Amino acid sequence: MGFFPTSKQEEVDTSPHVSDEVKTTTCYMCACRCGIKVHLRGDQIRYIEGNPDHPVNKGVLCAKGSAGIMQHNSPARLQKPLLRTGERGSGEFKEIEWDEALELAGGWLGEIRAKDPSKLAFFTGRDQSQSFTGWWAGKFGTRNFAAHGGFCSVNMAAAGLYSAGGSFWEFGEPDWDHTKYLLMFGVAEDHDSNPIKIGLGKLKTRKGTKFVSVNPVRTGYSGIADEWIGIRPGTDGLFVFALIHELLKAEKIDWTYITRYTNAPWLVIQDPGAADDGLFARDAEGNPLCYDAEVKKLVSSTNVEAKPALAGEYTLPDGRKAVPAFHLMADRYLDTQYAPEAVADQIGYSAANIRRIAAEIAHVAFEETIELDVSWTDWAGRKQDKMIGRPVSMHAMRGISAHSNGFHTCRAIHVLQMLLGSIDVPGGFRHKPPFPRPCPPGPKPAGHESIANTPLPGMPLGFPTGPEDLLVEPDGTPKRIDKAYSWEYPLASHGMMHMVIHNAWKGDPYPVDLLFMYMANMSWNSSMNVPGTIKYLTDKNEDGSYKIPKIIYSDAYHSEMVPYADLVLPDTTYLERWDAISLLDRPICSAHGPADSIRQPVIKPDRDVRPFQDVLLDLGSRLGLPGMAKEDGSAMYPGGYSDYITNHERTPGVGPLAGWRGKDGNSHGKGEPNPDQLQKYIDNGCFWSDEFTPEQSYYKFANRSYLDRSHEMGWIPNAERIVMHIYSEHMQKFRLAAQGHGDIQPPDDLRSRIDETFDPLPIWYMPLEEKAVDGKEYPLHAVTQRPMHMYHSWGSQNAWLRQITAQNRLFINEETARQHGIVNEDWIWVISPHGRVKTQVKLMSGVNPHTIWTWNAIGKRKGAWGLDDKAPESNRGFLLNHIISELLPPRKDGYRYSNSDPVTGQAAWYDLRVRIEKCDAKEEGATEPMFEAFAPLPNAPEQIAVLRYGADFGEEKPKSQNSTREEPRALAPDDTLAGEKP
Amino acid sequence: MTCLPQNGSKKKLGLVIDLDICVGCHACAVNCKEWNTGGHSAPLTDMDPYGADPNGVWFNRIHSFEVVDDDNDSRTVHFPKSCLHCDDAPCVTVCPTGASYKREEDGIVLVDADKCIGCKLCSWACAYGAREYDEDVGIMKKCTLCVDRIYNENLPEASRVPACVSTCPVGARSFGDLGDPNSDVSKLVAEREGFDLMAELDYKPTNKYLPPRPKQNENSFSDKPVSLSPVETEKSGLLARWADKVLSL
Repeated sequence: MGFFPTSKQEEVDTSPHVSDEVKTTTCYMCACRCGIKVHLRGDQIRYIEGNPDHPVNKGVLCAKGSAGIMQHNSPARLQKPLLRTGERGSGEFKEIEWDEALELAGGWLGEIRAKDPSKLAFFTGRDQSQSFTGWWAGKFGTRNFAAHGGFCSVNMAAAGLYSAGGSFWEFGEPDWDHTKYLLMFGVAEDHDSNPIKIGLGKLKTRKGTKFVSVNPVRTGYSGIADEWIGIRPGTDGLFVFALIHELLKAEKIDWTYITRYTNAPWLVIQDPGAADDGLFARDAEGNPLCYDAEVKKLVSSTNVEAKPALAGEYTLPDGRKAVPAFHLMADRYLDTQYAPEAVADQIGYSAANIRRIAAEIAHVAFEETIELDVSWTDWAGRKQDKMIGRPVSMHAMRGISAHSNGFHTCRAIHVLQMLLGSIDVPGGFRHKPPFPRPCPPGPKPAGHESIANTPLPGMPLGFPTGPEDLLVEPDGTPKRIDKAYSWEYPLASHGMMHMVIHNAWKGDPYPVDLLFMYMANMSWNSSMNVPGTIKYLTDKNEDGSYKIPKIIYSDAYHSEMVPYADLVLPDTTYLERWDAISLLDRPICSAHGPADSIRQPVIKPDRDVRPFQDVLLDLGSRLGLPGMAKEDGSAMYPGGYSDYITNHERTPGVGPLAGWRGKDGNSHGKGEPNPDQLQKYIDNGCFWSDEFTPEQSYYKFANRSYLDRSHEMGWIPNAERIVMHIYSEHMQKFRLAAQGHGDIQPPDDLRSRIDETFDPLPIWYMPLEEKAVDGKEYPLHAVTQRPMHMYHSWGSQNAWLRQITAQNRLFINEETARQHGIVNEDWIWVISPHGRVKTQVKLMSGVNPHTIWTWNAIGKRKGAWGLDDKAPESNRGFLLNHIISELLPPRKDGYRYSNSDPVTGQAAWYDLRVRIEKCDAKEEGATEPMFEAFAPLPNAPEQIAVLRYGADFGEEKPKSQNSTREEPRALAPDDTLAGEKP
Repeated sequence: MTCLPQNGSKKKLGLVIDLDICVGCHACAVNCKEWNTGGHSAPLTDMDPYGADPNGVWFNRIHSFEVVDDDNDSRTVHFPKSCLHCDDAPCVTVCPTGASYKREEDGIVLVDADKCIGCKLCSWACAYGAREYDEDVGIMKKCTLCVDRIYNENLPEASRVPACVSTCPVGARSFGDLGDPNSDVSKLVAEREGFDLMAELDYKPTNKYLPPRPKQNENSFSDKPVSLSPVETEKSGLLARWADKVLSL
């Protein structure tokens, strides 16, 4: 045994001083928006932890949130407004004062607004204040506004909102407390980052549960799945159809649920060639008709006494035939082309396994039914004693969304859920308020006209329900710069940010005067085709002027996009600002009840930077925009964004925050502005939340008590039931136009595309790029994911997170690699029809053999993000973006569609097809393409060799006070070593 | 060359880590770094933080890798690793200065920075690789089990757990007295058949790992049916059945 110590055990201070002050606010390290407690020591952050009282994260915090200190103190933070001095893209700037910056921006904007407001393209990236920025765009008068949803997950949003009244994404969640079987499609990580993790922990520690992950790659969540289905990318729709096929054949359907709550029994007119073929047969009041199987006649779908037939052909009063929507749906999916045997090879999962999954789902839904002892009354006044639950839940995200067939695939998943009766029931998928909303919800996109000095009549983004809502010229030419809501992408309800730069450069459909962007790294990891995008941003006309005449960009950090701006407006970090996480926008509600939250400044900026929202209000007031400037020209919200959050009313009584409204602060939902509202939020931990009663908690689409409450809160226009759409009449309206009906029809060259893709029932088609390229030449799928510790976050300038991942490799299935003669750590070329990129390989077994993948957005360009030129991110890290084209291969006439879903315009990142080749030995060691380094910014901080964050906090602790410990003794022969210690 | 507590420590504070639900998100590792860089062993220095080889002190690191099961089926494992606060801690007994020690009162293994000479013998002795050398100051650092947090009267009682435990989103980490067979953590270990990491080395680690639950796939036993029985094989027959299905509901 040992001989030391003879001295006493060290006395440890187990109760050291932690912080001088703790302030609550909301995290912004990703889109999850957790509540945090920030411990402060003077003007330094000692520690950031999850707020245990917060409805989103309940005290936990992920790796990103825990690395907030490094984000806040990043050397990549911008310091002061910048005006470009060199060529675009050089990175050469001079610092200017805010007055000059705002005068310049205001001047440019004012000139555009006085001429044609649509010449401003305003796109705001990972903006968490879209209800504000969209409102600003509307008041400016430009229809050319969107955030990043079009290249993120609009397929999930649109498919859900047009089918189920709410969507996956962050707008719904599995019933984590009751679900017994979770089927998760294409989720490596999600916006609901911590709630999903909390939920998976709950699910898996309950006995008798099963978690199935359908994902080509077995990482993260898939790693802890009870069963991993390594499906081939883009084929999930076929898998879902095969499940539906099996359930239909075995009659494992929740008949009552689909009859009562979906449009399954509604009669669809069968009159090929007629202008109303495929639309619902309606009575004189416009109510869809059903066929009552008991009294054997047509009845209104609002007749609650009726016993509507789900199949069969019936005769309408005018003699034409009609069949229930369910009949059409069943007829399609019972076809042998959707039998497990027929799809097994294509999806890479055996027929026996598909059958087994179908049987397991059916077993749990119908043999392990949950009955909650909660009585409730439905929309028609029918009282129910219990809440019946089918405890099969589903969740889906990017792996479904980022394919050009993603809208239909996501709709297929919703139809599967409806057949099982598992939407918003105990154990199923639950809506979060303000959902469910009517399918689709709310207003149509505004912006048919662009009038000088005139606001739009509404918000730029909305939900079209027919051709009349498209933003197109009479000849079909798109009115928006990104071509959203055109015949090419009719339901592009989040815009198409990924096409703006290309279209602005090409002047297709028209050139713009100013591109104004916020918080989106569009010259790098947020764009397809990085080399092309750089060209578009820097290309010049013959007279030497830039093809995109002016670019303003706002960001908190020195991202790759900064050097492409003419004017840079530096934003604050998330700890230095006010924000509202609003019910008008993307709230933080849970299925248990509504919630919203704020950010408050917990630290004062030490740089000459301003919150972007303050800057927008300032510009709005300078421009005299209605709602931002008073008639005398003074600012409507002189106190900036916090003033707006408190006092702005979107409609009377409805403002950005729902909590503590009214003069006395006692109203929630609707009420007059309360001058003390923000203080109320701060006193409550920077959030407001409320809980539904048990009676209101499920079946919300048909629940009298819930619907009344939802209407009172202003979430739905009236308290009527919300019917889910198995069959989408809205889709059929576009299709009829393509078939030659109505006043507004697509141009001839787009008719067949609309006809094929606007099927009123979910369809599957091969992803468009896969169909267009030679499968032998490009035999592999290539997809990306973000690592959990960087998902939806700025990553690389974070000193802690980059120690976890600073270089991405290309992951290949071991067997696939063997066939290619590739071994671990080899350097290879990944070659797409669009280009090639060089990377180092890592082999694994948990990946579909036809698929290669990598971590996204690890690669960084030299000179950006405050990183040293030798950083692995810039030398060995790479982006697949370089080899993804933003355009599909040309049509016969040469025209190239966007590489997007033809229904929603969702960027089809995961449609990429590639081949791989070993590179020459002399090519090893560094990635390609390699871009020139940016010039350093003025007054950029020096690189530091050693970061000793927290050293001061340690020294402050009363280390040896009152210690009875003996002085450390000199221990021969180690004296000299000890002496070497600093 | 340093003594362990003579009769062992009765109280054995430690962690129980559930490998069945750890998703490898790194929350515990980063939150640990965040707390501890300003805590007892401050700072957790980062060398070359924005350069070619960013490399700092971490008390907790997550390893994600694939393993092959008995049925030749591979799985992905996320494996968080920090000091296991062994009963028979070789990092303590190897220490030539008495810097490495195991606390009598709760079994936490700590380094007395004033005595550490940075000889690294402890990191050679630790089979788990759980020691972290701070080359900036030439001192060995390691997981303190948040000794400056778990007893800290300046924090609310609910926060007096290690940072990794309080932040873990899936709830894969539990903290408590593994010397008390009736503690929640001991019961959890008993119920889930928690195991010692590399038990054959006989270091008697305090921390325990809970194994992943058996897979549920085509190769494993399930109480659920493996296929459904069609009620009709022909489409027309099915559609005919459903015309008045509503009457039987």
